[in-house]
Amino acid sequence: MTTIEKTTSATSRVEESDDGTPLLEVRDLHVEFHTREGLAKAVNGVNYSVRAGETLAVLGESGSGKSVTAQAIMGILDMPPGKIPQGQILYRGEDMLTMSNEERRKIRGRKIAMIFQDALSALNPVLSVGYQLGEMFRVHQGLSKKEAKAKAIELMDRVRIPAAKERVGDYPHQFSGGMRQRIMIAMALALEPDLIIADEPTTALDVTVQAQVMDLLAELQREYNMGLILITHDLGVVADVADKIAVMYAGRIVETAPVHELYKRPAHPYARGLLESIPRLDRKGQELYAIKGLPPNLLKVPSGCAFNPRCPKAEDICSTEIPVLHQVTEQDGTELPGRGSACHFWKETLHG
Amino acid sequence: MAEIEKKAAVDRSDDIQDATPNVTEVETVDAATEEAAVEAIEAPVERGEPILQVRNLVKHFPLTQGILFKRQIGAVKAVDGISFDLYQGETLGIVGESGCGKSTVAKLLMTLETATAGEVFYKGQDITRLSGRALRAVRRNIQMVFQDPYTSLNPRMTVGDIIGEPYEIHPEVAPKGDRRRKVQELLDVVGLNPEYINRYPHQFSGGQRQRIGIARGLALNPEIIICDEPVSALDVSVQAQVINLMEKLQDEFNLSYVFIAHDLSIVRHISDRVGVMYLGKMAEIGTDTEIYDHPTHPYTQALLSAVPVPDPESREGRERIILAGDVPSPANPPSGCRFRTRCWKAEDRCSKEVPLLAVPERFAGSDTPAAHESACHFAEEKDVVHA
Repeated sequence: MTTIEKTTSATSRVEESDDGTPLLEVRDLHVEFHTREGLAKAVNGVNYSVRAGETLAVLGESGSGKSVTAQAIMGILDMPPGKIPQGQILYRGEDMLTMSNEERRKIRGRKIAMIFQDALSALNPVLSVGYQLGEMFRVHQGLSKKEAKAKAIELMDRVRIPAAKERVGDYPHQFSGGMRQRIMIAMALALEPDLIIADEPTTALDVTVQAQVMDLLAELQREYNMGLILITHDLGVVADVADKIAVMYAGRIVETAPVHELYKRPAHPYARGLLESIPRLDRKGQELYAIKGLPPNLLKVPSGCAFNPRCPKAEDICSTEIPVLHQVTEQDGTELPGRGSACHFWKETLHG
Repeated sequence: MAEIEKKAAVDRSDDIQDATPNVTEVETVDAATEEAAVEAIEAPVERGEPILQVRNLVKHFPLTQGILFKRQIGAVKAVDGISFDLYQGETLGIVGESGCGKSTVAKLLMTLETATAGEVFYKGQDITRLSGRALRAVRRNIQMVFQDPYTSLNPRMTVGDIIGEPYEIHPEVAPKGDRRRKVQELLDVVGLNPEYINRYPHQFSGGQRQRIGIARGLALNPEIIICDEPVSALDVSVQAQVINLMEKLQDEFNLSYVFIAHDLSIVRHISDRVGVMYLGKMAEIGTDTEIYDHPTHPYTQALLSAVPVPDPESREGRERIILAGDVPSPANPPSGCRFRTRCWKAEDRCSKEVPLLAVPERFAGSDTPAAHESACHFAEEKDVVHA
């Protein structure tokens, strides 16, 4: 039924776990790919963390390393050609990169699950959706075929697929795009994981369907108090659901901030450029602000700050020195919690 | 074959004619000979005069059964009677969900598909009935920019060949010796280095490729460019560059755009007028302010309210209309109003009477921005916050 509803305060309840360690913490992660053309450094020292019930949005363009980071967390990176030369991925304080394959399998799917962008290619076209959903229970929990099927129907109901009982035997192509994405969500939810990584979950969908799917995801997150890493390039979706944001560019995090802060006062020229290039009412008929140039080629990332050839504020230091993620402070020096900017001139960008 | 198909469909489509009392009368040009037709097509159009007039355009794709003896068992009603005008020098945005028939409209305007019924008048000539030289002249003047710059450029051709290919078909635009220079000029116009003329598409990024696509569209000095989702395959930071380029070119070459997209904020930025399509029909059409600030059709309202606003401050207290379910199949659309199955206002009348695309009676004659064409029995304004 079509509903008209007021959006409510969507601040999620973030719970500290007993000892204060976050659910997932990525520390100084590096990922590189050995290709015929040379070494492509896809991720260069990424740090972020997610707590239970929290939504972290990772924002970036194609080639920024946002999806590769997610694949490294899930342990589904193709290795070789991929390689993780350094870094840690801590799940509840334990480094997953040093675990055995057996131990990782226990976490994957059961504790950390992933929703992929393109549901049509992520689902197996020759198996019914019921079978694919049930696989989670058969493999991880050793349920019988019959029990798994009953569970699959339950899940399809849970993500509000109409007539779940009749449709459990249908194949992926028989569902619409929005319904397929629901099946992906159902599959990720099957074992009630602590953390879900959603890689562009609504990019291929229409806005009306996107609204349905994002709503469902937010509701389920609240219900199970899950952590959510939302990978996207859509500034609108981020504004709607995120608690905090990490902006990535050429394999690095260039800015981190709580959602309201970033939109109000970006502290990195790239984040500022992205926000200013959104078409706005009062600018109709005028030129849109556009970040000049192109995203960098990962085989030859510019020296110094990777953004310097496109940056309106670049000076000499930007092409020689790689900026670290500075703690961002108010003008009077009080620290802004959770804010960081990898720009030599973050003060000017923020306060100027 | 196409002729037979056309006739059969016309008989069936008697009941689906969309009465649009408020679109202007078409001044047809009766060209007795091909020369007269070409002359009419080459004639200039004043700014603000209609250049393209679409009337009751219908495209049904037949659904057949059987291998040797194909029986038609139905039709996918991709476009089912739409009418609109495109004025010289303006941008008409067309928005709607996937499967609503936006791209089919684009193909029909390009005469890449044969219309099942209805007319498309280009300067008073019905292009669905033209052939030979007259049709070629029309095709020269209506060009297209495609969605995916990765698949719409031939990987085995150099940029120079891609942009210069239209001259092979229309040699009168550029004599052979002049082509290379013309192509380099075009590269310069779209902001690419003219020395790239011998490179291949794979040596360019997505944004650059889209510029190549635009240069190809400009090659024959067209009057109308139909853009089918020209920026949706591009990175966010590159989209703005391409949009700016398109606006610059419009001023420079006095172009009219039909801009098809699903990103509502970009459509608002670039369009003078916007049409909202649902399941092969035009639900609402008006100026950008009329559609975005004073929508009267429930579907437009739902669509606008579903767009996420890039401002976390507006997260709370915003009214959102969450539409239930999916778009029904165009092979078997609902009776009456096509939107009624998902509409919260639907009553008995909606399932019986097809609402006409017209200024709603309650607003007729009044001067409010709500007085624009809307195909709803219960059209009323509803304020939705949106991007």
